[in-house]
Amino acid sequence: MLHYLTILVCCQLAGELIVTALKMPLPGPVLGMAILFAGLVVNGGVPDDLGKVADGLLVNLSLLFVPAGTGIMLHTGLLSRDLVPIAVSIVVSTIATIAVTAAIMSALSPPQPDGKDGRDA
Amino acid sequence: MRDLRDVWVYLSANPLLHLTLTLIAYRIGLAIYQRGGLNPMLNPVMIAVILLVSVLTMTGTSYQTYFEGAQFVHFLLGPATVALAVPLYRQLDAVKRSAAAVLASIAAGAATASITAVGVAYALGASRDTLVSLAPKSVTAPVAMGISEQLGGLPSLTAVLVMMTGILGAMLGPVIMNLMGIKNWAARGLAMGTTSHGIGTARAMQVNATAGAFAGLAMGINALATALLLPLVWRLVFGK
Repeated sequence: MLHYLTILVCCQLAGELIVTALKMPLPGPVLGMAILFAGLVVNGGVPDDLGKVADGLLVNLSLLFVPAGTGIMLHTGLLSRDLVPIAVSIVVSTIATIAVTAAIMSALSPPQPDGKDGRDA
Repeated sequence: MRDLRDVWVYLSANPLLHLTLTLIAYRIGLAIYQRGGLNPMLNPVMIAVILLVSVLTMTGTSYQTYFEGAQFVHFLLGPATVALAVPLYRQLDAVKRSAAAVLASIAAGAATASITAVGVAYALGASRDTLVSLAPKSVTAPVAMGISEQLGGLPSLTAVLVMMTGILGAMLGPVIMNLMGIKNWAARGLAMGTTSHGIGTARAMQVNATAGAFAGLAMGINALATALLLPLVWRLVFGK
């Protein structure tokens, strides 16, 4: 397990180094994801224990956004200055983005191979 | 009483307290979310943030003090982002089959996100700082902050708008797509990742593995595309 956690962190570090050295407009971890993905393609599969480590982290992905989300308490002043435009803009834009992306992908996608209907909540 | 105050002084200066509070707040949020049958309106991140902001405000604790403990959780975002390669690889065949559709959908979604956000706020008279900070709001936080800075916005305001968009998309996305009758898991995941980056991806992953993989993919491509194109488009439209 520790072996694969080390691999994850190494991919992240490699991503950070490349992004910094080449001044790429990307966060290091996103490039790290691409590096690990390339590694999996070369390897031709996901080692079992890597799968377990990754699933363990991703099951709790929501938790990892809590500290950053709590940062909202720093910006009550900025937010209240433009409260109405910000609130309306975020609601309209979020609904529009979901609808446009889902509609286009759904129209262009082949039917689902497993035939199971997607519907959550 | 004096002993109790000593205990508080000791605890509040110790990162363990705020690390523990973060975990407990999330456990409460998660329990409510699960008790509610994963109802997207009971988003666990939103519940945890409301609990934490209330507790920190009531105890007069600064965000900086809080973050000294919470940073240990925050740090894991990096390795978790790298780990998204695993579900993506598991869906490699599905992604290959629909590569053109994936790129077209994300491009349309990314353009919609920026144009509608800036357009609506502009029509309602928002300040220039707000407009610039809103433009990259559907992009994962570290990239969005970089774009905002490059365009002369306020990166810290962008971070907050990104979190708000993430939580709102995770809450409204499933409801909107059910109303639209979108049943394809790839399409549902892609929309969640394009709109609501990691928070949408987390929600998609809780519901379906295919949706989760396409959401992670969408988050990455949206970040890349917006980082490359938004600054160019912004200069064309606004001159500077």
